[in-house]
Amino acid sequence: MPHSPERPGPELRLIARDDVAALAAGAAIFGTGGGGAVHTVQLAVEIAIEEHGSVPLIGIDELGPGDAAIVLSAIGAPSVGIEMLGAGGQAETIVREVERMTGTRVTAVMAAEIGGSNGVAPVGWAARLGIAVLDADGMGRAFPEATMISMNVAGMPSEWAVMADAVGNLSTLRVISMAWLERHARAITVASGGISLGAHYLLTRETAPGAVIEGTVSRAIEVGRALLASPEPVEALAETLDADVVVRGKLVDVERRTESGFTRGSVTIEGTGADRGRLVRVEVQNENLVVLEDGRVTASVPDLITIVDAETGEAISTELLRFGQRVAVLAWACDPLWRSPRGLELAGPPAFGYDIPYVPFARATAEAAR
Amino acid sequence: MTARDLSVGIDVGGTNTDAVALDGAGRVLAWTKQPTTPDVTSGIRAALVAVLRQLGDRRALVSRVMLGTTHATNAIVRRRDLDRVAVIRLGAPASTEFPPLSGWPAELRDAVLAGTSIAGGGHLVDGFPISPLDPDAIRRFLDSLDGGFDAVAVCGIFSPSFPEQELEVGDLVRGHVGEVPLSLSHEVGALGLLERENATVLNAALGRVAGEVTRALLTVVAEEGLDADTFFAQNDGTLMAVDYAARYPVLTIGSGPANSIRGAAFLSGASDAIIIDVGGTTSDLGVLASGFPRESTLPREIGGVRTNFRMPDILSLGLGGGTIVDTAAGAFGADSVGYRIAEESLLFGGSTATLTDARAAVTGSPVAGRELPTLSATQRAGLAGALAMAHDRIESAVERMSLGRASLPLVVVGGGGFLVPDRVLGATEVLRPEQGNVANAVGAAIALAGGRADQLCELPERAAAIEAASRAAVEKAVQAGADPLRVEVVDILETPISYTTRPTLRVSVKAAGPLARIGDETQHPHTTSQKEAS
Repeated sequence: MPHSPERPGPELRLIARDDVAALAAGAAIFGTGGGGAVHTVQLAVEIAIEEHGSVPLIGIDELGPGDAAIVLSAIGAPSVGIEMLGAGGQAETIVREVERMTGTRVTAVMAAEIGGSNGVAPVGWAARLGIAVLDADGMGRAFPEATMISMNVAGMPSEWAVMADAVGNLSTLRVISMAWLERHARAITVASGGISLGAHYLLTRETAPGAVIEGTVSRAIEVGRALLASPEPVEALAETLDADVVVRGKLVDVERRTESGFTRGSVTIEGTGADRGRLVRVEVQNENLVVLEDGRVTASVPDLITIVDAETGEAISTELLRFGQRVAVLAWACDPLWRSPRGLELAGPPAFGYDIPYVPFARATAEAAR
Repeated sequence: MTARDLSVGIDVGGTNTDAVALDGAGRVLAWTKQPTTPDVTSGIRAALVAVLRQLGDRRALVSRVMLGTTHATNAIVRRRDLDRVAVIRLGAPASTEFPPLSGWPAELRDAVLAGTSIAGGGHLVDGFPISPLDPDAIRRFLDSLDGGFDAVAVCGIFSPSFPEQELEVGDLVRGHVGEVPLSLSHEVGALGLLERENATVLNAALGRVAGEVTRALLTVVAEEGLDADTFFAQNDGTLMAVDYAARYPVLTIGSGPANSIRGAAFLSGASDAIIIDVGGTTSDLGVLASGFPRESTLPREIGGVRTNFRMPDILSLGLGGGTIVDTAAGAFGADSVGYRIAEESLLFGGSTATLTDARAAVTGSPVAGRELPTLSATQRAGLAGALAMAHDRIESAVERMSLGRASLPLVVVGGGGFLVPDRVLGATEVLRPEQGNVANAVGAAIALAGGRADQLCELPERAAAIEAASRAAVEKAVQAGADPLRVEVVDILETPISYTTRPTLRVSVKAAGPLARIGDETQHPHTTSQKEAS
């Protein structure tokens, strides 16, 4: 049975402390192996909500005439992010600078990517700032590069960025394109010790429609709740995500290398149980990108591929993939925006160095049922 | 003259304190099971006395006593006997979003925390200072606590890569408040600030418990007049000298499963094997790879506190000898009669059907002198169904642990081992070593001394970094008691790091070796290590 996601109920209009665990678990699933570990950031958000109260979650249609949202995200290496933790005032430093620069009051923040830590952290920043979080993001998943964002797909010009690091340095960039923003932001991040916080794009009720992926925060909470509440978490995830369980098995090979600043590699999963005898390979960079079986591509970026613990259903980030783990691989369709020509140009397989045509992922089980 | 090469291993578990004596060839000469006592010393004494009595005159040949204990874990879980810790984090203004002890259970935090300070200091991933060290701020913080702390924990950002600053702060603290137990994070854990800091604070809080248990062992050994070196088992299946254990008690946490895996494999003669320890309520499976327990990569919580210790990869199944069978359904759930099996099971005249009864109904009684009462056909069928279900569960668990390669033997230990069939798909053979019931204590007695060190490096310097980390790991192993001549690197883990100026790598190296022998030229491993290191 195809699953139709329920509309978020009114109980989600405030994100309370007790919602954070579900949001974190869901964001990790949408992280498709990247986006950084959610545990640490979950703690930060819980602390922020304890101190400052619950955070309003608003749809883009709820942005008023005087409202504006900035897209706020941490940039950097997850392995640095577990050691070089953020400073309490970083988000406020950025918001004040954006307000000074644009002359617009910032009333909400939006996650650049719902996947991984960046999908969770904005709730904590919003709590500290006393403003709302948009129920939307720029990716519907996690991607490694700033250019791979819905506003860029929609053709929204990107003229500035404001970055603050944990040490207190503030940088304002005026850039001619998203690609240059990426390049400069990366250089500044390296100078800051491999991790920093950055904002770009001012979203209003006029500019946001069509330029963001809507409903993703409440969806991550819904997925996280299903995962945490179910005695059969992998099945619950597949059901809630409308995903296929591509394979269940054991990680029998992990190969890693570093190329041009990214971790690249592949993992091989040997099927167990009903999948015994199958060998499935997942190509991995910062995220899980391509699934291959018998030399055939069965799923690829920008569709979502997540490797989860076979027992708990918790997402395993690419850095934590290890020989011998018992896993299930889930795949499901991306937002239609990414399947547009511009979306595929920015985030299709060739954008990650894979010379393969993109075949939209469709549920095998759904097809079989027809 | 006979070599003094006997080892005594003692394992203090929740229910029993086991002890064994092994000779130099690894033969079990004596063993005992004694009840664990509420006070630390009595149970250890009873167990040691019992094996020494069995050894008779050969007791004079005991040169080493190794202890595996759950005291540290219990102190944390029960929030008892914990020291109050002043926590100094180095790296402000970075990390202020996360106060120290974030996410701890409130009552544990209240029991442990004297005060926290996030002070200047710390480093970026490339070694550039985050902010200058502020000695005055640290002194002011210590003064503000007005002596209300028993120990100090210091944790600097990226200290595993750049440890000098923590050492400097350690000197500063001692210079200001005098002699005080210090826990420095780079000596306790790897990268991951909060997890390492948590482990460091727990370590500092365990000072008193560590003192008690190390004193208990030394006292009992002295009472018995043994001329033996004493060691503690740690989480990765290696040993620490007692003075090291007194300083790093947090490292004893998780030693039980590690010892069980190594002990079971040793008794069976395997160096690579799957181990299943079948108890009354649960069965634990682990894997021994090249002589060491395979480690889990998932972060581990201790008493509700997240740490990044590497622990053995254990798969627990909810089935054991006391597991209650629903004979009508031919199945079982998670409930067990536990230690009341000798009263409540059918085999012992009780009225509750257990998996032990199922085994008795299908292949004969596993308990000498005990037979099942007359059963109805339905009961028999139900018991058979439940046993088949247990066999299925065990088989699929073995299959999962073996990574699908049916090239490893399955070693069965524990009181409920008779639940494991003689042929298991996914294992080359099923081994049931004698004395499998004291595998934990055997594991403690045969443990090696080991150490682990981490290093960050740029890619072209990979070889040099592995060498440096290897040296540091070897030095730690020797400090922990390893024979400097026989210690070797047993594991190298490399992880690339993105968003750095140049391609960067984290290498983590583990070294281990057999214990330095008593009667060799150097009596004290610790002295040897300093000679070797210079």
